[in-house]
Amino acid sequence: MQRQVALIKQSLFDQGYLDEQFMELEELQDDVNPNFVEEVSALYFKDSARLINNIDQALERGSFDFNRLDSYMHQFKGSSTSIGASKVKTECTMFREYCRAGNAEGCLRTFQQLKKEHATLRKKLEHYFQLARQAGPKETARRPK
Amino acid sequence: MAEVLLPRKMEIAKDPSKFGSSDLLHVLAVDDSHVDRKFIERLLRVSSCKVTVVDSATRALQYLGLDVEDKSIGFEDLKVNLIMTDYSMPGMTGYELLKKIKESSAFRQVPVVIMSSENILPRIDRCLEEGAEDFLLKPVKLSDVTRIRDSLMKVEDLSCTKSIKKRKLEVTENVYSLDSSAPSQLKRAKI
Repeated sequence: MQRQVALIKQSLFDQGYLDEQFMELEELQDDVNPNFVEEVSALYFKDSARLINNIDQALERGSFDFNRLDSYMHQFKGSSTSIGASKVKTECTMFREYCRAGNAEGCLRTFQQLKKEHATLRKKLEHYFQLARQAGPKETARRPK
Repeated sequence: MAEVLLPRKMEIAKDPSKFGSSDLLHVLAVDDSHVDRKFIERLLRVSSCKVTVVDSATRALQYLGLDVEDKSIGFEDLKVNLIMTDYSMPGMTGYELLKKIKESSAFRQVPVVIMSSENILPRIDRCLEEGAEDFLLKPVKLSDVTRIRDSLMKVEDLSCTKSIKKRKLEVTENVYSLDSSAPSQLKRAKI
């Protein structure tokens, strides 16, 4: 089962969903804090859901306040970077570029893509953490005490 | 140590170390991002530091006792060895926080490290000019934290060694002065 967990994790990296920052987070886990990455991940998805909601509302209003949108996206990109959410981070960067260019259509398009990537990552990570918990502490805990 | 009334949002990390807390570096971390706060707190704990985390520059000033306009003296008894702050925060930025800390008599000697996700050279220059100890690009690495911690520990060690040497010499002087047979021409080297 642990091999299955390892394979799933590897595919997340290979397919570009996660980058080396995720590995940095795993390095910080130990016997005392074996669920650190899962906890950070939960925080990330709670935070980002709120940001997505804010951006959705702002876009729905029709008036494009690019400064405000850029500010939301700065936060989104920041936390995505901290957790190693590579594809989401890329979409955030693109969105910000469209903001700076004042390109409303580009923003809308990119935001749809961002939401898709975000939802996909969420599902994949939830699956990964679930399996990792079932497989036992050996796979998730990395740092020796 | 002064007792500080803590606002609800402040998170105080429990010190899990088996050493006395006076031996550990106490770091105040400031970041408006919940994810980043959790991350930096973990990095610091793993590096054997005592951590206090707050979610804004305003709360940092409250914690330090610098939030009162007419009394920018600060809590004199509060031991903070390092302040790590995010640059871009709503309300007061990390740069403005840095300035306020450097203006205070109680905390101007405390090294302040700025963290930012954006690699903007004028920003970095401005922070360093204002007295920031270092400027870290996010995501912060564990190696960044241990490097800063190690250099701070060296400074702590040096000042500790100095005060131990001084005390030893003072004790020796007392012993000599009690002994009346000691030659009065004994010269003592200045520290």
